[in-house]
Amino acid sequence: MLQDKDRIFTNLYGQGDWRLEGARKRGDWQDTAAILAKGRDGIIAEMKASGLRGRGGAGFPTGLKWSFMPKQSDGKPHYLVINGDESEPGTCKDREVLRHEPHKLIESALIAAFAMGAHVAYIYVRGEFFNEAMRLQVAVDEAYEAGLIGKNAAGSGWDFDFFIHRGAGAYICGEETAQLESLEGKKGQPRMKPPFPAGVGLYGCPTTVNNVESIAVASTIMRRGGAWFAGLGRPNNTGSKLMAISGHVNTPCVFEEELSVPLKEIIEKHGGGVRGGWDNLLAVIPGGCSVPVLPKSVCETVLMDYDSLRAVQSGLGTGCMIVMDKSTDIVEAIARFSRFFKHESCGQCTPCREGTGWMMRMMDRMVQGRAELEEIDLLEQVTRQVEGNTICALGDAAAWPIQGLIRHFRPELEARIRHYKATHGGTGLVQVPASGVPVAAE
Amino acid sequence: MVRVIVDGTPVDVPPDFSALQACEAAGKEIPRFCYHERLSVAGNCRMCLVQVARAPKPVASCGFPVSEGMEILTDTEVVRRARRAVMEFLLINHPLDCPICDQGGECDLQDQAYGYGTGISRYHEAKRAVTDKDIGPLVKTVMTRCIQCTRCVRFTTEVAGTPELGMVFRGENAEITTYVEKALTSELSGNLIDVCPVGALTSKPAAFHGRSWEYKKTDSIDVMDAVGTNIQVHARSGEVMRIVPRVNDEVNEEWLSDKGRFSIDGLKRRRLDRPWVRVHGKLVEASWQDAFVALARRLDGVAGYQIGAVAGDLCDAESLCALKDLMAALGSPNVDCRQDNAWYDLTSREGYLFNSGITGIGEADVLLLVGTHPRHEAPVLNARIRKRFLAAGRGHFPIGMIGQPPTDPTYDVTVLGDGPEALGALQAGGSEFAEAFRKAKRPMIILGHGALTRPDAAGIYAACQTLLSQGEAVAEGWQGLNILHTAASRVAGLDLGLVPGLRGRSASGMLRGGVDILWLLGADEFPVDKIGTETFVVYQGHHGDAAAARADIILPGAAYTEKPGTYVNTEGRVQRSFRAVFPPGEAREDWRILRAFSEVLGKTLPYDTLEAVRERMAAINPVFRQGGGGLQPAAQIAGQGTSAPAAAASVSAPEGRVEAGAFRPVVRDYYLTNAISRASPTMAECSRVYGPAAAVAAE
Repeated sequence: MLQDKDRIFTNLYGQGDWRLEGARKRGDWQDTAAILAKGRDGIIAEMKASGLRGRGGAGFPTGLKWSFMPKQSDGKPHYLVINGDESEPGTCKDREVLRHEPHKLIESALIAAFAMGAHVAYIYVRGEFFNEAMRLQVAVDEAYEAGLIGKNAAGSGWDFDFFIHRGAGAYICGEETAQLESLEGKKGQPRMKPPFPAGVGLYGCPTTVNNVESIAVASTIMRRGGAWFAGLGRPNNTGSKLMAISGHVNTPCVFEEELSVPLKEIIEKHGGGVRGGWDNLLAVIPGGCSVPVLPKSVCETVLMDYDSLRAVQSGLGTGCMIVMDKSTDIVEAIARFSRFFKHESCGQCTPCREGTGWMMRMMDRMVQGRAELEEIDLLEQVTRQVEGNTICALGDAAAWPIQGLIRHFRPELEARIRHYKATHGGTGLVQVPASGVPVAAE
Repeated sequence: MVRVIVDGTPVDVPPDFSALQACEAAGKEIPRFCYHERLSVAGNCRMCLVQVARAPKPVASCGFPVSEGMEILTDTEVVRRARRAVMEFLLINHPLDCPICDQGGECDLQDQAYGYGTGISRYHEAKRAVTDKDIGPLVKTVMTRCIQCTRCVRFTTEVAGTPELGMVFRGENAEITTYVEKALTSELSGNLIDVCPVGALTSKPAAFHGRSWEYKKTDSIDVMDAVGTNIQVHARSGEVMRIVPRVNDEVNEEWLSDKGRFSIDGLKRRRLDRPWVRVHGKLVEASWQDAFVALARRLDGVAGYQIGAVAGDLCDAESLCALKDLMAALGSPNVDCRQDNAWYDLTSREGYLFNSGITGIGEADVLLLVGTHPRHEAPVLNARIRKRFLAAGRGHFPIGMIGQPPTDPTYDVTVLGDGPEALGALQAGGSEFAEAFRKAKRPMIILGHGALTRPDAAGIYAACQTLLSQGEAVAEGWQGLNILHTAASRVAGLDLGLVPGLRGRSASGMLRGGVDILWLLGADEFPVDKIGTETFVVYQGHHGDAAAARADIILPGAAYTEKPGTYVNTEGRVQRSFRAVFPPGEAREDWRILRAFSEVLGKTLPYDTLEAVRERMAAINPVFRQGGGGLQPAAQIAGQGTSAPAAAASVSAPEGRVEAGAFRPVVRDYYLTNAISRASPTMAECSRVYGPAAAVAAE
């Protein structure tokens, strides 16, 4: 359990002043120049020592990511892009940073930009975060006025500009390369990798894209040291993280918590327990809607961190869990996600474009039970055919919730199909062989 | 070079290769839809997935760069499974209407479904349908068949330079469209039909006309412009069904202009299919024998200098050679292949060739267009200029233009002036473009017929030469002065010496009543009404166009698809075409007509076979020697020692002087430039939609 002295986001609930004066009282912008004086390598070494992993969902080590930026510029500018396009269903943690801790973000952006040789940072704020973007803009203006950013930012000798770009509401623009396309004014469609953004990114220049939270914790890590951060959590899953609980709990909330705390403890402590008691729990989706669902049996013991959730075939994702009690129609819940992913697929590459629609239509039938028993396997196969074959991870994200559903709630699906057959007398659909579809000569 | 291991076979490839190219170098075929070697890489079809050792997922080989020691596996269970998955996804929303699809038989999707498709469909939901788009008179769309590979979007944006297609909406609802319904304005739009891997974009004029496997395929050369685009004529039961480009990286890459592709319905209309003789002021049908006898009688006793011949723009070199020999046999010095009265420096072959070569455009570092609009005069060559423009990057390939472009040239140009006086300003220097030109290593001038058909053409030519000679850093062996021809027969005519001999009359002289008997070999592109009323006109050609109506005797000839022929393109490349179909009715190959008539006259030309004519051509000019087909080294033109002064006589202004006045565009209406395209309903429709009249109406 995270102790108050180790809390990074001390104004997470907006009880204090979010403006420059209040931020300074909380320790932000204090002798930022001294941090920059550690030099690029010093900062990156500290970040690596902290063991911070990307907070956007993929969990890639942040210090390592920064170190991929070219050490020597070949004449092209470097860019830092902060991903504030928080569109993942059930996820609302970056929003609190944007509206209550904007200065922590701006200061950390200066540190991060310096560490990667960038003079410019863009933040791509989700279009729906109108008030948050306004507030961030006020904070940016304050920082410029105080000489904290701009020419000779915070007296460090480093020039730094911070620009806010507001998205237009496409989920796919939260994918890093699609975000770069969108920033460039094009249609938000992911790019092929390689080349990676660190080589060819925004406007063809070396770029690093980081989640708002990954950046925002940098200033505190620099002040308190990577070892302090690494001391939280357990190895390879270090530090504290912003998490959220939504759904069928008594007190849904956003909170900062140490990694590797048992999921059950988190729900009990921060969520105030499941509605109707722990035994009323049906399932938890631990990190946004892109990760597979966990049934109650797993929730009893699993730890809330990258590796232990991976071990139970799910993932930490954004760390924002959706708790569902036994009143939930779990099939409909997952079908809703399928509709979401079908709607948000960019349509660029084949498996995702065609597969999300197929999965959605099958899921819609599964909700009613209007399907054949064998089609559960077909649905599972379709998710496997999408997974891993696409340009970006949206295909995987669309496939995983369904895989989780079939893995843990297959009896529920089967029961619905049987019930539908019993009441309607069959589906009228052709029998489909579940496996071993004959393949033409190759 | 980088060593890559493909399925256990080591292969050395250049470091800029993609995994797909490396696999091809190793002889492994990789299925693909979106990848096209002349377009940028999109990587969106996912059909080319391969396994790379140590990569966690299959990778799209088209966009994956090779690295030293990389191991690629193209035929594992993972790869096959992934490709089968992609194929299934592509087919679930595809209408599977192959029986009524014009792409059937040459469809990438159909072909690859044999390898990776399942025999049955597991998709039981409703299929997606997409509304068809009207993108003009040439390309038919059936958008439900579209697999969103975006090849067409990339083609119009990158090659054609008219970014009018794009993908709107997202996910399953993504559609290829022109945003606002409009006709594509590109002169290369027909290539979309070839580029599209499925039946979404097909030929509108050829819709439901035939199947690819029914066609007899004959290699040929396009004559609609002077680029010498390599084409394949597809014919069925004596009828040309369609024309598609052949790959020739040195000429047309794999593109073909719309006029070359879609003029073919003109080959079936307004054809001259029997000889006609004018009796009492009216043309009446006649047999070959009657026509020849009538013509021989009319020629009897006419002195050689009173006979003249003008060759048109679509002629093959064989008929040009026979015409020249016939005129020589009749004792006439009046022969000309320049019906537009263009002036060329005939002292050497460089004087009238595109000397840098078409591939030379890729090496040039600065370009000046003088009196030419390549987009209309040679669309395929224009695509090369655009390719160079894009490859160089913004500002690194300055293009100057003298003369106003009537439409967007598809690349940024600096208009330096309207007329030849701008050349003087360039010589004087000072401007940014003049400096770039002076410092260039490979400066390039393209001189068009907007300049060469003016009275001061010699002066403009000299000014261009001077400008090039002022270059400070010109690379060794670089020839920067290029003539862009518009007539497919022109270079062959000049190579064969079809210019007025000693005291001979030029084309304009002949038209102005300089001759009693005028032999027009497919010549239509001049004001026919200028021919004197007393002049006896023989029209030998394939279409009943303007000149045929004026003719006193019509000898029906063969169009370019109907005869084996030799053509020399604007860069002096000698290329051969073959006969795809037979000429209609009584019409015959043109050199045979001339040869047969010479026998009636009693002045038999000394060749009976095609080989013998070609032997004769080679004797006149060694560039025609067998083994041609490539670029010939420039040679002095044999048997033409007297031609240069005669040609100079057609120029009124003395060399070195230029006159004021804006260059006029050579091509008024791109879609109607010769007898075949004027007979084509498709081209007439294009002219209605895109031509000058439409442009005026739009304003």
